[in-house]
Amino acid sequence: MKYLTEFRNREIAQRLAQEIHALATRPWKILEVCGGQTHSIIKNGIDQMLPEGIEMVHGPGCPVCVTPLELIDKALAIAARLEVIFCSFGDMLRVPGTAGDLFQVKGGGGDVRVVYSPLDAVELAVKNPERQVVFFGVGFETTAPANAMSVRIARQRGLKNFSLLVSQALVPPAIEAILKSSANRVQGVLAAGHVCSVMGYWQYPPLAEKYKVPIVVTGFEPLDLLEGIRRVVAQLEAGRHEAENAYSRVVSFEGNREAQKLLAEVFEVTDRAWRGIGVIPRSGWRLRAAYREFDAEDRFQIAGVRTVESPLCRSGDVLRGAIKPAHCAAFGKECTPRHPLGATMVSSEGACAAYFNYGRFLSAKALAGAASTLSGLGPSGAADD
Amino acid sequence: MCLAIPGKIEEIAVEGGVRMGRVNFGGVIKRVCLDCVPEAGVGDYAIVHAGFAISKVDEESTRETLALFREMGVLDEELADEEAVLARAAGKTQSCCPDGRYSGQ
Ligand code: SF4
Repeated sequence: MKYLTEFRNREIAQRLAQEIHALATRPWKILEVCGGQTHSIIKNGIDQMLPEGIEMVHGPGCPVCVTPLELIDKALAIAARLEVIFCSFGDMLRVPGTAGDLFQVKGGGGDVRVVYSPLDAVELAVKNPERQVVFFGVGFETTAPANAMSVRIARQRGLKNFSLLVSQALVPPAIEAILKSSANRVQGVLAAGHVCSVMGYWQYPPLAEKYKVPIVVTGFEPLDLLEGIRRVVAQLEAGRHEAENAYSRVVSFEGNREAQKLLAEVFEVTDRAWRGIGVIPRSGWRLRAAYREFDAEDRFQIAGVRTVESPLCRSGDVLRGAIKPAHCAAFGKECTPRHPLGATMVSSEGACAAYFNYGRFLSAKALAGAASTLSGLGPSGAADD
Repeated sequence: MCLAIPGKIEEIAVEGGVRMGRVNFGGVIKRVCLDCVPEAGVGDYAIVHAGFAISKVDEESTRETLALFREMGVLDEELADEEAVLARAAGKTQSCCPDGRYSGQ
């Protein structure tokens, strides 16, 4: 445990790992949904503390990685316009579109800015009334309240020069798409604690019941992850499949009701394309009619976007958990964090970047038995309803 | 972007009907919307997503989480100012391999 310098924490981590070893009598495949969790698992070597048979399958939980190429191309087109100040989280700067990325648009004279929060972008719109300020609203349920609040404030203040390029994806439908696929081999799920801090976990008991899979709400820190894994293994070994909360210091069953009300006021559910996976029904949010005037796609009417993915890149298979990053022939060769071919290499939360940065591609163990966990979950597999 | 970071509420003011505050994340101060945590006051701790506070947390877990996030380098990544982010994007430090073994050929 590289990052657990404190003795007490290291001791707890070791004890949790021992308990998992004692519990596990069979191999199990456990999906972690959140890209931040993937990152933390790899960075802290948690996968290597687990018994041989317990395999962590990395899910599609990085919102940067699943943002459709078409939307990135639209972002690039909008950002290049003279009247626009294009604001984004730093994670999006190097995500490759068909021709270039936001950072290159900035190099070419586009006014691209990095902000901490969409609310800061609203302030920019107030201060620059002669410019159009656009925020690239990428994220899961975690960033959604801030995005929703930004348009609500923009409407209250009557701002005509603020809009949101919406790329909001929802986690539970993506989990369901994986579980319902005929090729699914995931037996237990770590639900993303930070998403649940907003949404609660009332959506999960029916999923756990329907697919007979334990779902444990889990945090991001090493001890949280080990505890989440321990609880999933305990349920699996006992033949149980319940929704359980291993992150109660932050997550309640209901979540933040006020935030959920705000989300329901601003957004409505829509079908959504996930880059590399395909369309997942009812897995995204778009602005409701009452807020549609703040939709950057409507405001700028970008036409003629033609997208071309790199033929080498297998990030779709990586996102579905069908292959590990090291199985991609381009991994570490044509594709590195410096020259990313796909979004899973660009984002610091992407599985390819996590594997690259922590040298996991050198480990034969990581390669063994990792293939085809979810193979067969193709675009049709994900989208069939 | 997805990471919820805990911080200490240092100031609260209502701006145009919205409860806004200044939150201190281990020394870095950001403007945060506190509308959905009416129970949190100055001196309390809350976890924050992209400038939006979601729930109160206690001081001890805040301290532990911040220390760990800092060690893992994720605090820097999430809270960096614009210039730092752009410099990183320019590839100067973008091999982002903490032990420098893989420079990203
Ligand atoms: S290593 Fe690069 S090319 Fe291969 S799947 Fe990952 S992002 Fe795509």
